[in-house]
Amino acid sequence: MNTSQDKVTDLKRAISKYVAQGSHISIGGFTVNRNPMAAVYEIIRQAITDLHLYAHSNGQGVDELIGAGCVGKLEIAYGGNGRFAPTCIRFQQAAQDGAILIEDYSNYQMTLRFLAGAMGVPFLPTRSSLGTDITDRWGFSEELRKDDPKLPDDKLVIMENPFGNWLDTSKVVLVPAINPDVTIIHVQKCDRQGTLRMEGLTFSDIEQAKSAKYLIVTCEELVDTSELREYPDQNQIPFFHVDAVVHVPFGAYPTACYRYYDYDPIYLNEYAEYAKDDTRFKDYLNRFIYGTSNHRELLDLIGQKRLKSIAADPRTGYASGLDRR
Amino acid sequence: MTKKKMKFDYSPREMMAIVAAREIKDGDIVFCGTGVSMLAAMAAKHISAPESVIIFETGAIDPKLEEIPLAVSDSRIMYGSSMNSGLADAFAIMQNQSTGQHVVGILGAAQIDMFGNLNSTTIGNYVNPTVRFPGSGGACDVASFVGKTIIFMQQEKRRFVTKLDYLTSPGWLDGPRGREKEGLSKGGPVAVITNMATMRFDENTKEMYLDGYYNGITPKKILANMGFGIDISRAHEIPPPSADELRILREVCDPQRLILG
Repeated sequence: MNTSQDKVTDLKRAISKYVAQGSHISIGGFTVNRNPMAAVYEIIRQAITDLHLYAHSNGQGVDELIGAGCVGKLEIAYGGNGRFAPTCIRFQQAAQDGAILIEDYSNYQMTLRFLAGAMGVPFLPTRSSLGTDITDRWGFSEELRKDDPKLPDDKLVIMENPFGNWLDTSKVVLVPAINPDVTIIHVQKCDRQGTLRMEGLTFSDIEQAKSAKYLIVTCEELVDTSELREYPDQNQIPFFHVDAVVHVPFGAYPTACYRYYDYDPIYLNEYAEYAKDDTRFKDYLNRFIYGTSNHRELLDLIGQKRLKSIAADPRTGYASGLDRR
Repeated sequence: MTKKKMKFDYSPREMMAIVAAREIKDGDIVFCGTGVSMLAAMAAKHISAPESVIIFETGAIDPKLEEIPLAVSDSRIMYGSSMNSGLADAFAIMQNQSTGQHVVGILGAAQIDMFGNLNSTTIGNYVNPTVRFPGSGGACDVASFVGKTIIFMQQEKRRFVTKLDYLTSPGWLDGPRGREKEGLSKGGPVAVITNMATMRFDENTKEMYLDGYYNGITPKKILANMGFGIDISRAHEIPPPSADELRILREVCDPQRLILG
């Protein structure tokens, strides 16, 4: 909750102020789209560890945070990245090595959990996962849940429908609210106060943003308040949820940002190659993340030619005809 | 190879997409994931079911799909759609009392059992897995909610198993009353489409049986590539793709062969 008129800061400051070792965090976007990648890379540069990460299907950002050793615990629905990684490679490796603790949910359950957090209710019901191992097998131990005051005692609770068989429903699964310490999202437009506009699909960004104690917004364009207030029905999140506004062009790169740029298939394919091998993945981190001091320097490594190749076609919102093999 | 055969030569993947497309009818709301399922949904719309509607779990409703998306978050599903929303809205459509039963979900997995239950989470021990897969994503939600699901699988012994290592997405659970007992929707899996065959589920027992096999494949070969036996007495050969079906799949749906390979 923050009503200041000017929340503009730089990414280094925003991350060091709101994200600390052991923080419970969530990031916006979905697989190859609108992940707050500049912020993810800054977390990696600052070597923040033992994060408790909440994800539905955040794809690239989640895999890089895990690969860089920033994540201790993960609550997740899907660790894949479209055709670029049917299973995210560093996520898979970490799970098989036991390097991170994982609790599995479904995408809708994670969305409902953020929504519950945003609404200020302790849980929301759904019929999803009745009769499955999502309800039967728990990744976090009872002790771990009891020891961490930020975690509910139960992964989920199955309950008889308290309204009898109302709506033809005999049982429901109650999934607990999530209130992350900080959520980070990347959006197309934002003003200095935090009024913002996402274009295209919003995924679960709105629920994630409102459920968090602190919200960092990175944006393609820092625009005048008057521009966003001319069509307020197109804005999504009350500005007082926002704590930091950071202007980062290409802030979702190498994932896509609708109407601005596409995902970079070359980067994502190369990343998958690096990720397959521990030594090569270290090389990747050293060259692209630790070897650059900010997102602009990473983009300089990629070069203008590549960035131009993924520029969005104003007609479609993506790079029409882009070679994506 | 004869000239005629060359002309109609097609890959198992193309056959799978077309067989799945034939399952989709006007009035269906098709939920699709990435890969072949997306192609099947696009092919259906272009070939036989122009009044089917494609939706994605990420919230896109009836997108234009001028180019093939490589993920369900691809900006290509945002262009020319009827509306773009988010996950909360998309899954509500599937759970909604008036729309949910019209949704046809297309799913894939690492393992399947004889009741069409799916594993896309882990092989081995859940906490210390031998192999970790991506997990449910929206699959468990779809399998829990919608009117019917179609499942894509590779025909391999290690994938058709008597017992799943982890039950991610519910099929018919333990038989005819399984879903009802647990409180799930009436829907459930109707077809399993592989690179060799189509299986369906017996109306009474909900056990998988062989419904059709592709040209050049025998029921015996299919059984040899499964970890459990199924009834093959009802099996027939499935007509291969027509020239028109293949043309639309190749030229309209995936001209860059991003999914078809």
